Amino acid sequence: MNEDLKAHINYALKKGIRLDGRKKEEYRSIEIRTGVVATAEGSASVKCGDTEVIAGIKLNTGEPYPDSPDEGVMMVSSELLPLSNPEFERGPPGIEAIEVARVIDRGIREGKAIDTKKLCIKKGELVWMVMIDVLPLNHDGNLIDIGGIATLAALRDTNMLEVKDDKVVFGRRTKEKLPLTNMPIPVTIIKIGDNLIVDPTDSEEGVLDARLTVSVLEDGTLCALQKGGDASLSIKDINNMIDLAIKKSQELRKKLNEALKDD
Amino acid sequence: MMSSEYNKRLDRRGFDETRLIEAKAGVIKKADGSAMFRIGKTTAYAAVYGPRELHPKHLQNPKTGILRCNYNMMPFSAEERVRPGPSRRSKEISMVTEKALLPVVNLEDYPNAVVDVFIELTETDAGSRCAGICAASIALADAGITMKDMVSAVSVGVINHQIVVDLDGEEEHLTNLDVADIPIAMVPSTEEITLLQMDGKASKEELLKAIEIVKPVLRRITETQRKALKEKYKGQGGL
Amino acid sequence: MGDGKLLVKEKDVVVPGEVLATGMGYLPGHGTYRDDNKIIANRLGLLIVEGKVLKTVPLTGRYLPKKNDVIIGKVIDILMSGWKLEINSPYPAVLPLKDASFSYIAKDADLTKYFELDDYVVMKITNVTSQKLVDVTCKGQGLHKLRGGRIIHVNTHKVPRIIGKKGSMISMIKKATNCKVIVGQNGIVWISGEPEMELITVNAIKMIEEQSHMSGLTEKVKAYLEKATGKKLEISVKD
Repeated sequence: MNEDLKAHINYALKKGIRLDGRKKEEYRSIEIRTGVVATAEGSASVKCGDTEVIAGIKLNTGEPYPDSPDEGVMMVSSELLPLSNPEFERGPPGIEAIEVARVIDRGIREGKAIDTKKLCIKKGELVWMVMIDVLPLNHDGNLIDIGGIATLAALRDTNMLEVKDDKVVFGRRTKEKLPLTNMPIPVTIIKIGDNLIVDPTDSEEGVLDARLTVSVLEDGTLCALQKGGDASLSIKDINNMIDLAIKKSQELRKKLNEALKDD
Repeated sequence: MMSSEYNKRLDRRGFDETRLIEAKAGVIKKADGSAMFRIGKTTAYAAVYGPRELHPKHLQNPKTGILRCNYNMMPFSAEERVRPGPSRRSKEISMVTEKALLPVVNLEDYPNAVVDVFIELTETDAGSRCAGICAASIALADAGITMKDMVSAVSVGVINHQIVVDLDGEEEHLTNLDVADIPIAMVPSTEEITLLQMDGKASKEELLKAIEIVKPVLRRITETQRKALKEKYKGQGGL
Repeated sequence: MGDGKLLVKEKDVVVPGEVLATGMGYLPGHGTYRDDNKIIANRLGLLIVEGKVLKTVPLTGRYLPKKNDVIIGKVIDILMSGWKLEINSPYPAVLPLKDASFSYIAKDADLTKYFELDDYVVMKITNVTSQKLVDVTCKGQGLHKLRGGRIIHVNTHKVPRIIGKKGSMISMIKKATNCKVIVGQNGIVWISGEPEMELITVNAIKMIEEQSHMSGLTEKVKAYLEKATGKKLEISVKD
């Protein structure tokens, strides 16, 4: 029946209709809120249709990487919480969760979202560490994109902590914001048959042939890519998917900026 | 000699006053039942999946279903980041949460099956296991599980012999006074206690007094839990 | 001694632990239990008063298999002796070889010729043992493998309303959208037709799910269908 269902979805897509009535290039309604976690230095919750993701930022100090002694350290982690979907079990992050974390990480890192050079306290000895955790409360698809947007909103929401005698004073926030540069927006395009669609639900992700996540900067430069799915992509596919991703990233950027303005 | 009495709470609350409570049912669409329970700056989400098939098969009990509770803190839910994954503390809390809910759930109605309860704390400021139990109770009812009653829980403190309800983070960490932290869960209709733990020192009389003082508070919490359920199903009543 | 005081109204949403009546005058039906001189709800539901019997209609909860129910299941395993199907319940169903088809199936036959993994099948429950082992059959009118179309999940407790009195509600939807629709008692619904019409069918069914106990529902659904399809419809059985 999965072949049946896929054929059925393809047929509907040819008429431009998805299972939930959306058009191929249509996102579900997005709601972005920041400052939702009192214990985090920065946080955001993003709802896209039924998918809800929380991103939280925790700061600490530590040693820099030896090959970048004057730069702060950042890391993105994710878990597919069993609370968010009947298919998930409690346990260490499986490959799915790891991919979500690493793809979001790559976009933020290569897109230079955080100005890591400004996070140096003592060159070679002490730098700021930015720990980003992205967790779904309800997983109905498109975790990478929604997690990526939540991460950007949470970063914008982040205030630095006080440092006394080279030690972090946990719980004491300053008025200083985390130094940010760019906002790389991840957009995942999925391919079902000959159709390209955005913002897939859980069930659409279940029947995809291939997917391509593209992280896009404000000026249209790409800063990260990830191809997924069992099927291959033609060069024409990649061309079309990137064009669509760039177009969609502009819409999402506008939405994100609007939401952040209100805070 | 400085007065070592705790006669005014740090946040000016009354001694039997809880922080602001917010409860909502049905917040996680993929789950069979779910709830959010917030008390002050402690927020717990609970999702119930079940009754569902239990794997591996050898764990199945032909006479009754089993209840499985799992408590977890999100990494950003504390002042210092919590390393992801189970800790001894979270495993213990998972177990006492399960014991707190067991007496009310009619598991004989679901032989061979499992009712999974997942509790996630998005932010904590003391009282997290009690918030988790309150959320789980709402979520179980929301999932249509047959249960005799709700379970309501809150932490009571004894600070230099002064009994205070709903200890918050600041009070928990007072260093210049003696603080006992007593999480309690109760079944409202029978006043049976299903969770009782204590961290710190208190006399037997103080403990019994604390339990008496907390009863009406727990009943108010039960009302909040019931209201959250009725709010969700409001449109589905008749005429 | 027929003394009893009803504390809630018929069609009120009641929650576990809620006291429905005091005194000995009322009797506890499904969804309620007696504790001393109180009748108490033990699941979330709508209160129904049938003479002296108080019972609740569940509003939520997974499907529990009943003999003779016609359901839709998904093949999850191919066994030596038949197929195992997931039926939106903690208890999977087993379709034995002898009940799969009117023609004879040899023991060493390639079973995937009949039903493969992930196939959806309309079946009837022939037996549910006390250990909740569920036997089903595909031999019978209207029982067969499903091809094409799409599957949606609905609240199993809303199925009677979706079908309607004498099937009137679902007939109206089918007439309006020209879709084939099969509603399993277990809350799994199969819809097949033109994509736009399938969507209208899904929306109509979701509307019934959300407003199942409100009056005037049939009119509301009729109005929606007429607006969405441009067809003029009739209500065959008033509710």
